[in-house]
Amino acid sequence: MKKHRFVCIDCPLSCEVALTEEDGKILEIKNNRCKKGEEYAIAEFTNPVRILTTTVRVEGGILPVVPVRSKGHIPKKLIRECMRELAKVEANAPIKCGDMIYENVLNTGIYIVSSRDLQEDEA
Amino acid sequence: MIDVDVAVIGGGPAGLAAALSAYRNGAKNVWLLERNPELGGILPQCIHDGFGNFIFKEMLTGPEYAQRYIDEVKKTGITVKLNTMVLEMGPERLIAVNPKDGLLDIKAKAIILAMGCRERTRPQILIPGYRPAGIYTAGVAQRYINMEGVMPGKKVVILGSGDVGLIMARRFTLEGAKVEGVYEIMSNPGGLTRNIVQCLNDYDIPLHLSHTIVNIKGKKRVEEVTVAQVDSQMTPIKSTKRDISCDTLLLSVGLIPENELSKMADVAMDPITGGPVVDEAMETSVSGIFACGNVAHVHDLVDDVSKAGETAGKGAAEHISDKIKKRKVPVIVKGGRNIRYVVPQIIRNEDFDKRITFYLRVNDVEEDVKLVLLSGEKLLYKRKENVVKPPEMVRLTLLSKFLENVGNELTIEAQK
Repeated sequence: MKKHRFVCIDCPLSCEVALTEEDGKILEIKNNRCKKGEEYAIAEFTNPVRILTTTVRVEGGILPVVPVRSKGHIPKKLIRECMRELAKVEANAPIKCGDMIYENVLNTGIYIVSSRDLQEDEA
Repeated sequence: MIDVDVAVIGGGPAGLAAALSAYRNGAKNVWLLERNPELGGILPQCIHDGFGNFIFKEMLTGPEYAQRYIDEVKKTGITVKLNTMVLEMGPERLIAVNPKDGLLDIKAKAIILAMGCRERTRPQILIPGYRPAGIYTAGVAQRYINMEGVMPGKKVVILGSGDVGLIMARRFTLEGAKVEGVYEIMSNPGGLTRNIVQCLNDYDIPLHLSHTIVNIKGKKRVEEVTVAQVDSQMTPIKSTKRDISCDTLLLSVGLIPENELSKMADVAMDPITGGPVVDEAMETSVSGIFACGNVAHVHDLVDDVSKAGETAGKGAAEHISDKIKKRKVPVIVKGGRNIRYVVPQIIRNEDFDKRITFYLRVNDVEEDVKLVLLSGEKLLYKRKENVVKPPEMVRLTLLSKFLENVGNELTIEAQK
């Protein structure tokens, strides 16, 4: 039997979830204050995932970059490769919050969307 | 002179929520004054997720969280004045300026202070050494990267483990810079545990507790910083000094409420929070002036800032309609054992809402404590806590029935 301890990042309570396993089989999960803590511990043990937030370049906007986010979780080990993919992207202003910026990043099935409105630069 | 019902100073999360709440509670002519060209305060540059967990039950990014409030404000008749700087303030009176209207002389039945806070800078913590380029507060670097599309450096040392510093450690790493480490003078981290996990541990960035920076080297650009361990008196230990090569130093060493205007209006200040003394409606010592969000005390979570804005907005609307009945003698709220501060500091209204929320911070990390509410010797309420930590604000929401028999003084303390 092996014990693992994961600090849940799903909310600011930062529960320290304890997971017990034997040969990869999960036996017990405790110390989580909600269901999310359990899901988080299972994911951390089997396939850790994260939300990716970054910026992409913008043509013709009031700012040169627009913030974007993954619409769903991305495997942690793919985060850096996603960053390299998104570095090649250039979006065009105007942009609405929630607009699709990049489809199915690295075949994860996850979309990258804009997380703010960005107006055109009139000047 | 322009007559308004409620003037809100600052269009960040506190001001947005306050303006909306004042409007929804019946104030007709609400003005929201913002010095930036857009609303949202600091949120547009906080592109990471983790906002809105309590209010929207979702993990939003900063810009998304701001957008929700901005969209709501647009649906109302609230007057938004951008690029507008308030220069002077007194009771019921504001002088502001913007490039379109010129000077604005505003008479307001109620004023809500929502100016937020600003970052502590190098001169305020007195780091010795040269004064080269490459030293930024974490929030300035955040703006450069996330809004201006500029990388401020390639090899970064971070002093202080506040949340913005931790978030920026990850951000710099994702953008290809090398973060050499985070150095924290205290023996415990300054930021939330989840940020230590997802910003440092995920990227193998070392956190050095009980360490500080004792020298900055480099004449034009930062070339090296000297770090040292500190003893229990926080004095650097000479034998532990070592030089770290870097081109950038980020400071994440605390936030200070921005209260120049409040002081101008002779609002009574709390020396511990750095903000105005407020009652449970967020009204300050000056009748009709309210304060909410980071201008009142520095919060960890934007959700709490929005909540405070809501309370202040409602208070302002009720102040105008003369709905509030004040107690003859106010209740003074005090922090006892291991409590650094409690907000509100005073309870003044005859019938407050069905519940009242106290926000408090502890002095020291402590496990297995009871948070108790005392009126003199009398125990009014208690709650068990597994652990309390200075960086994690404690929320204590009570039904008003617990306060029915309160005297003129209330103490909140952590008991072992």
